[in-house]
Amino acid sequence: MMDETPELQAFRAETRAWLEANCPEEMRQPVQGDGDICWGGRKWRFQSEAQRLWLERMAARGWTVPQWPRAYGGGGLSKDEARILAQEMRRLKARPPLSSFGIWMLGPALLKYGNEAQKQAHLPKIARGEIRWCQGYSEPGAGSDLASLRTSALPDGDEYVVNGSKIWTSYADQADWIFCLVRTDPVAPKHLGISFLLFDMESPGVSTSPIKLISGYSPFCQTFFDDVRVPQENLVGTAGKGWDIAKYLLTHEREMIGDMGSLGRESMHQIAKRSIGTGRDGRLKDGVLRADIVRHEIDSYAFALTMERVKDEAKAGQGVGALSSMLKYAGTELNKQRRELLMSISGSDGLSWEGEGPEEGDLAREWLRSRANSIEGGTSEVQLNIIAKRVLGLPGA
Amino acid sequence: MVLVLNEEQRMVKETAEGFFAEHAPVGQLRKLRDSHDPDGFDRGLWAKMAEMGFAGVAIPEQYGGAGLGMVAAGLIQEAIGRNLSLSPFLSASVLAATAIAKAGSDEQKAALLPKIASAELIVALAADEKPRHQPHFVAARAESSGNGFRLTGAKPFVLDGHVADRLIVAARTSGEEGAPAGITLFLVDPKAAGVSVKRRAMVDSRNAAEIALEGVQVDGADVLGGIGEGFATLEAALDVGRACLAAEMLGVSGQSFDATVDYLKNREQFGVKIGSFQALQHRAAHLFCEMELARSATLKALTALDEGDARAPFFVALAKAKAGDVCRLATNEAVQMHGGIGMTDEFDIGFYMKRARAAQETFGDTAFQADRVARLLNY
Ligand SMILES: Cc1cc2nc3c(=O)[nH]c(=O)nc-3n(C[C@H](O)[C@H](O)[C@H](O)COP(=O)(O)OP(=O)(O)OC[C@H]3O[C@@H](n4cnc5c(N)ncnc54)[C@H](O)[C@@H]3O)c2cc1C
Repeated sequence: MMDETPELQAFRAETRAWLEANCPEEMRQPVQGDGDICWGGRKWRFQSEAQRLWLERMAARGWTVPQWPRAYGGGGLSKDEARILAQEMRRLKARPPLSSFGIWMLGPALLKYGNEAQKQAHLPKIARGEIRWCQGYSEPGAGSDLASLRTSALPDGDEYVVNGSKIWTSYADQADWIFCLVRTDPVAPKHLGISFLLFDMESPGVSTSPIKLISGYSPFCQTFFDDVRVPQENLVGTAGKGWDIAKYLLTHEREMIGDMGSLGRESMHQIAKRSIGTGRDGRLKDGVLRADIVRHEIDSYAFALTMERVKDEAKAGQGVGALSSMLKYAGTELNKQRRELLMSISGSDGLSWEGEGPEEGDLAREWLRSRANSIEGGTSEVQLNIIAKRVLGLPGA
Repeated sequence: MVLVLNEEQRMVKETAEGFFAEHAPVGQLRKLRDSHDPDGFDRGLWAKMAEMGFAGVAIPEQYGGAGLGMVAAGLIQEAIGRNLSLSPFLSASVLAATAIAKAGSDEQKAALLPKIASAELIVALAADEKPRHQPHFVAARAESSGNGFRLTGAKPFVLDGHVADRLIVAARTSGEEGAPAGITLFLVDPKAAGVSVKRRAMVDSRNAAEIALEGVQVDGADVLGGIGEGFATLEAALDVGRACLAAEMLGVSGQSFDATVDYLKNREQFGVKIGSFQALQHRAAHLFCEMELARSATLKALTALDEGDARAPFFVALAKAKAGDVCRLATNEAVQMHGGIGMTDEFDIGFYMKRARAAQETFGDTAFQADRVARLLNY
């Protein structure tokens, strides 16, 4: 902060003042359950007036997507300004005004591969939280081997006709639109026949069936397409070149998931001190668990510092390739370990599943939910494969 | 603060990598070991390191050094780790130079620092007394006598002690054996009456000495820093040493990893390159990620030291803990993935595993540093 230019200092001061004046008190409280996260969309019911106001005010400044161009509903901020905004939001403990797959995944892909009409049509609605997107990648027969997907989209006049099924489609039943990988060329080699298609989930022929997770949450669905007609102009990029877009989007998804490995809101040792207590020497009373906790915290710090270094290096035009795979692998494995340790720290408190309190059952459910971190967005094994091939240059099997 | 090397630091890195690969490759260590060289390092190399500005890299310019700071020292130490180059760099340029710069009087600084930078003087730190690092455990005593002190005690593990021209000895002027307060640092001539120095050859072919002090008379002018206040200086020097050891372990890990990945690409079994076996690919990829984490932690520690960040001790402990763990993993995986040849003395990879073990133990292993991290976080 010391070497900040006068312009950035002024930006910081303005931002701080604006946030203090405009972030509702309720939106400065820690996120407890899923309902505290605003996902937006046609079906979204705001949990409170404050949640609605906070989204509106931030969206009006383009600060739900601070670095997107203003023309598409973004804030047009530079990296440095965006960093300052994030810091100032953290300072106020402000909640993110909007979270969505549109922001994390589709937006970056459209900015790079979309045509002008597609950008105009979709980006501002993502920025304002009007349309909620889901991701149609995985299929019953195509998980890690995503490129073997079979959902077909065959041209018919100026439309495509889509048939097939997706699975594990997170929030498909809540979403308004889907970005979907489809096979437009049934005879081309498997990576070459794939296209990237956008369509409305209310189109005739789309149906979803929720699937319940071990955590008791039911965030994903099997999604069926039965002669769904989609205008050809909804195809992003070139037909048959969808795989490149799919991969580009995955790097954004992986970085976002990997980010969860960063230090939590309350550090683990603080929670442990409360539940286990410290001896006269100030050390946690359970010596073996203390050792496990500190090993974990060392890794978490090292991971957070790696995120920082990666950003700094990218800014300086240096850095390693296949980064998103490294961050995804390390970050998700850490988050799983964190959840495992929190269960140990909490003992029988961690075992409760249902009850009166608002947080009752959270620990167990979050522990269970975290198991998916190393599966969704490409499994840990797949990330290791990518690192082995792309970074280390090891030969194929 | 940014976690990225600046132009100057990148130049140091490049120069150091080239220099040690050319002038002090791992073959030199083998030769020195096999010939039972009395010094255990090449004095010609040490002189060249002075010419290059390495010996005085962290010494302030006014005392003949390059004044480039700890990030630069770490980069040199990393290159040393890659090549397993032998020299008194850690003892003299890092530990002693830090202690003297921090606590020395103007006369002491002017007399000693330029000579360290020019490689004319090797100064070693005689602090540890316990086999497991416990820096405040000092039983060696200093009793006032004449216009100075008489020192009595034993220092069983003094890095480069057998070639030192001067020792920095931690001895107790007051307080109990395990107390931080009451430790005083003294500059001692190893040739003085009552000092005995016995060389210890180590598993990593480096040298340490067992030093005994029996009523060694030192002058009042040889006290380094305040009486009874030596621990703060000692900790500062040790932290700089720990951060540089973390950097060295990055180099040790990096080189043994590179050699292993090469081997995976070349060795064939079952009619294919062994690098095509996924069991090995995944272990290598995992190790790659771990090494990146260790690198971030180490760069942060060195940067924090350069900036005089109050949390530097925390980041140093973090870095040494992480780099130590990763280095152990890297070198063990290297031996395993080389199969039988990895176990042979003829092949270099074993040297890296030996150095990894020694570097971990030196000034606190992962368990020691992890305990320190927890205490610094108040638990
Ligand atoms: C909570 C959650 C949310 C999700 N959300 C979405 C979503 O919104 N949209 C979407 O499209 N998908 C989503 N997914 C799907 C996810 O991307 C897939 O589950 C994932 O890619 C793995 O595919 P799979 O389940 O078919 O497992 P498989 O590919 O069958 O894998 C089974 C096991 O085999 C291993 N394996 C497979 N291939 C290899 C290989 N080559 N080498 C080594 N090991 C291998 C895997 O690592 C895994 O351990 C979600 C998944 C979860 C759990």
